[in-house]
Amino acid sequence: MTDATMSTVTAPPPPPAIRRSPLSSTLIHAALIAASIAMLYPLLWMVSASVRPEDEIFSSTSLWPSSVDLGSYVRGWFGLDVSFGRFTWNSFVIAVLTVIGNVVACSLAAYAFARLRFAGRNFWFAIMLGTMMIPYHVTLIPQYVLFLDLGWVNTILPLVVPKFLASDAFFIFLMVQFFRGIPRELDEAAMMDGCGPWRIYWKIMLPLSLPVLATAAIFSFIWTWDDFFGPLIYLNDMNTYTIQLGLRTFVDSSSTSDWGGLFAMSTLSLVPVFFFFLFFQRLLIEGIATTGMKR
Amino acid sequence: MAAVQDSAVAVGAGAKARPAAQGRLAAIWTKHGAGYMFLLPWLVGLFGLTLGPAIASFYLSFTNFDLIRSAEWVGTANYVRIATADPKFAASLKVTVLYVVLSVPFKLAFALLVAILLNRGIKGLTVYRAIFYLPSLLGGSVAIAVLWRQLFAGDGLVNSLLAQFGIEGPSWISHPDYSIWTLVVLSVWQFGSPMIIFLAGLRQIPTDMYEAASLDGASKFRQFYKITLPLLTPVIFFNAVVQTIEAFKAFTPAFIISGGTGGPINSTLFYTLYLYQEAFGNFRMGYASALAWILVLIIGVFTAFSFLTSRYWVHYDD
Repeated sequence: MTDATMSTVTAPPPPPAIRRSPLSSTLIHAALIAASIAMLYPLLWMVSASVRPEDEIFSSTSLWPSSVDLGSYVRGWFGLDVSFGRFTWNSFVIAVLTVIGNVVACSLAAYAFARLRFAGRNFWFAIMLGTMMIPYHVTLIPQYVLFLDLGWVNTILPLVVPKFLASDAFFIFLMVQFFRGIPRELDEAAMMDGCGPWRIYWKIMLPLSLPVLATAAIFSFIWTWDDFFGPLIYLNDMNTYTIQLGLRTFVDSSSTSDWGGLFAMSTLSLVPVFFFFLFFQRLLIEGIATTGMKR
Repeated sequence: MAAVQDSAVAVGAGAKARPAAQGRLAAIWTKHGAGYMFLLPWLVGLFGLTLGPAIASFYLSFTNFDLIRSAEWVGTANYVRIATADPKFAASLKVTVLYVVLSVPFKLAFALLVAILLNRGIKGLTVYRAIFYLPSLLGGSVAIAVLWRQLFAGDGLVNSLLAQFGIEGPSWISHPDYSIWTLVVLSVWQFGSPMIIFLAGLRQIPTDMYEAASLDGASKFRQFYKITLPLLTPVIFFNAVVQTIEAFKAFTPAFIISGGTGGPINSTLFYTLYLYQEAFGNFRMGYASALAWILVLIIGVFTAFSFLTSRYWVHYDD
């Protein structure tokens, strides 16, 4: 993420290269608006269904509820033996610890790769890139056996501890790219003044890298919040469930009886991600545009 | 930590004063130690959570292992059974390849089409971009899979909409011919992030190329075919590889929509779902390890094949 690529992404769009007639412009807008409506309709319908009176959910395809009834939220919240308050809290704890682990551990490794000189650096860097390609399924079973032996199953440790060991190599890569764009003169000047690598990392690199740290933090949070596979494997006691596992249990236990409660809890589970979308959209979109993230 | 800092500063004066051998060690530490200190957490993770487990998993793939008794060596029996005598493996591979082949091209085509429309300097670009990106951001969650399960149910929203036109739709998710399509639609619905990558790629194409081309009388279609498409091939290639690998690894939507079964009649039995069932449903950990390595092989062969063929169609000479 050098300065050059950053600016191409954030710069306003170039002047239109192709001269258009007003008609074609109108047609494009019409097509885009139609597509937008089609894209958002299912989401909006779910939100609207979550506040409808129970008997109205399936009878209406409109987005506007005839009256607002928050009963679904109450039923959903207490719909399982353990309340969704507990699930939300569990998700939140795991996500926050993951953010801390990823930001700390990945930035340490990224600093070493981007700035420090040591024997084997290129070798380890190549290994790091290689680990990004390995599907996690390959390490899944031995990791499970390891965590089972450690007595960590049914705790959040298998989901959190790996992040403190920089297991998300993707974020190391992201940060290395950013650190390389920070002028080396700054480190060299600091070194002249007697700063060691720790101080340079802490006082120069991190403060200058807030955009990339924020990007890593937000994506860590969203991906962890949405993660289903990890919790599905490691959390079997309902008291330890995350909100995603809670929804899964809910859909399997009540799929025919309480769609209202299910939609209410589903909507609720999307709120934190939607919050990041509203307030940090630029960071998210830049992150994707410059690194080619999958989501 | 303080020691590293001090020695880094004192390398010139302090190291020489000590006896030679000790001095050399100190010099080596000063030169290389800090790097390894910073890498330490990652190195522990690399060996403890990635390389070690990968080797263990390779070993386990040649064993029968159920978590209770210790692993029993069976040679290549797991692989032989996968290749010759496992209809569920064949079914899951077929479903997964079908999913990849159906979802990736549609998703990329939508992403490219919308990116091109958005790149024409239209008003409201950021609003449209945000709307189209939102499903990508939310789509991985269980909530969206739950919503999909309702949308395509027999009495779901899609059929309610169809009913207004007098069409009686089937129960999409419980019909083996249609269930895979509900997952494809869910994937295509999330075309936002490849679209953003396409947009970034389109912006890199110098506008004077189009100006020169239209002065020469090239039609818009010809401009697209001769300028946009060739210059965009690296981005198309990148998106295609990333999305294909992601599609091979898809899990959550099939799990939620089929209630964890991969049904009806294995029609949504994604490869990863089958692997999960073998490992954590039947506790055939050795067999599941073999499945995992075959997935690596499939993804590896696909990636190598893409890179090998890329030089015939990906345009890199700028």
